[in-house]
Amino acid sequence: MTAAPQPVLQATSLVKRYGRVVALDHADFELYPGEVLGVIGDNGAGKSTLIKCFSGAVVPDRGDILLDGDKVHFNEPTDAQDAGIQTVYQNLAVCPALDIATNLFLGRERRVPGWRGKYLRMLDHKGMREDAKRELSQLGLLTIQDMHQAVETLSGGQRQGVAVARAAAFGQRVVIMDEPTAALGVKESQKVLQLIRDVRDRGLPVILISHNMPHVFEVADRIHIQRLGRRAAVVTPQSHTMAEAVAIMTGAMEVKMTAEEIARPAAVN
Amino acid sequence: MSSENAANFEAVASAVTGEIGEDEWYRPSPLERIQRTLHKYPALGPFLVLVVMVVVFSLVAPDRFLRPFNLSLIIAQVTVIGTLAIGQTLVILTAGIDLSVGAIAVFVSIVMANVNVALGIPGFLAVPMGFAFGTACGLLNGMLITRLRMPPFIVTLGTLSIFFALNLWVSGSATVRGTNMDPLLLWPGQPITLFDTRFTLGSLGMLLMYGIMIYVLGYTAWGRYVFAIGDDPDAARLSGIRTDRVLLSVYAVAGLIYAIGAWFLIGRVGAASPQSLQIANLESITAVVIGGTSLFGGRGGVLGTLFGAMIVGTAVNGLTIAGFDPLWQRFAIGVLVIVAVALDQWIRRVGK
Repeated sequence: MTAAPQPVLQATSLVKRYGRVVALDHADFELYPGEVLGVIGDNGAGKSTLIKCFSGAVVPDRGDILLDGDKVHFNEPTDAQDAGIQTVYQNLAVCPALDIATNLFLGRERRVPGWRGKYLRMLDHKGMREDAKRELSQLGLLTIQDMHQAVETLSGGQRQGVAVARAAAFGQRVVIMDEPTAALGVKESQKVLQLIRDVRDRGLPVILISHNMPHVFEVADRIHIQRLGRRAAVVTPQSHTMAEAVAIMTGAMEVKMTAEEIARPAAVN
Repeated sequence: MSSENAANFEAVASAVTGEIGEDEWYRPSPLERIQRTLHKYPALGPFLVLVVMVVVFSLVAPDRFLRPFNLSLIIAQVTVIGTLAIGQTLVILTAGIDLSVGAIAVFVSIVMANVNVALGIPGFLAVPMGFAFGTACGLLNGMLITRLRMPPFIVTLGTLSIFFALNLWVSGSATVRGTNMDPLLLWPGQPITLFDTRFTLGSLGMLLMYGIMIYVLGYTAWGRYVFAIGDDPDAARLSGIRTDRVLLSVYAVAGLIYAIGAWFLIGRVGAASPQSLQIANLESITAVVIGGTSLFGGRGGVLGTLFGAMIVGTAVNGLTIAGFDPLWQRFAIGVLVIVAVALDQWIRRVGK
């Protein structure tokens, strides 16, 4: 078999401690181009901490993060965003009282061209609203007409749509989705899963963190199983069943994998 | 975002069929529409209350209340609290509260006056020095809140006492009389007679500051950040906003605004007294709350606060003219505060 391509995002031996609690215990991680990587693990396995290291919300105590082979240091969420990593957080990370356009552009507002933007720092509300409207209508969120509408007046699915639209619109290299379907119904979940596939098909790799096994097995190309602060295994929906994945996750089943197997676990078949 | 990116995005999105949430579309009832309208325009409620009050007092005392002179007098009377309330609004929008507003303002007025009178430094230097001093006081509040992660209520409760005590110490509890001051310090008190009205430069300055702050909050990124931080600080941080830095700047700007209020106070009173503005914190919070800004942060704005301050001023003025005992002024303001907060609770439940 050919050598594995260079990972888009890689972590080697990440350590993060909170006092005496070890959230990450020399955790490794690789995300390859053009894939949806599911990340599963029991509560406290370090999933969230691992992902927060990539989104810049947590700074690891030790270990390296490599983006396209280059070492990166994220001290702030902006650092990760500037590097092209966009995250959709579990709690959506939208400001409920602010309107849709403001939320979509929060943290990267655009100013009007000319002296008003330069000296008065005037925001281009009109332009941002138009762009927001285009993004959302492309997402099939046509029922939202008013970009002035506060996000809290939207339904759960519509709010998720706003958060996903923001990540997909601004993500240049990696999109991370933390429990994107947790608050959604069956129909809305399916649409979000379809969106994840579409983001991948466009060439943007997606990390999907979820407790929902069927959702992970439905869209993931590879599945990273996190256990006790480190990577227990990487499987694929083809190589392992959900029951086996749960067994690895809970420690009922132990697997030893070579680096090559981790990169291409499909070869196990 | 680049057009290339947008084009990619189109390709992604076109594959998603159907519409998320289409089946949740429904027609809101009239009451829900009122709720949504008030939710969208937080200054509308206070504005309507102000209009109703003006109409009622005009009917009760048409010959005395509804005169241009009296209406301009109300604006002059609310100048100092109205100015301080701008800073208070900024702080409350971030889900904070500033109890030290009056203490900072009175301290600044004493520093400004003494720098000029006791040290003999001319007004054109004394006034900016006062502004810098107020900004520093606000910065101290902001540092304690962001660096030591202490609740704004506690920090400003502490600095309220500290600034007030230092103000007594610096002034020796003595009032600085206006007769010895540089005219620039008294400048905000200059009356301007236009037709039948009588404004002061200070009251026009206050209105100008409201105009500037409406622009800053509504049309700059910093303004959006102030709302975002009060609404959901975690979401704001994850969106890439440096929340601590913005919060620090909010308290510093509030300090500067209090210092300008202190200048207006010297002009209005014609002196600097270390015993003034003792309940300015409660009065400014009252104006902010009646103005429809939520104490939970993220909702409201300075335009509402202007109406809030005017409502208080109108209530005091109108009830006096109508011949009520002053105790009913306080009663009315108390009722307004409770109604305003009850309304805010209702509006915040929009869509739930």
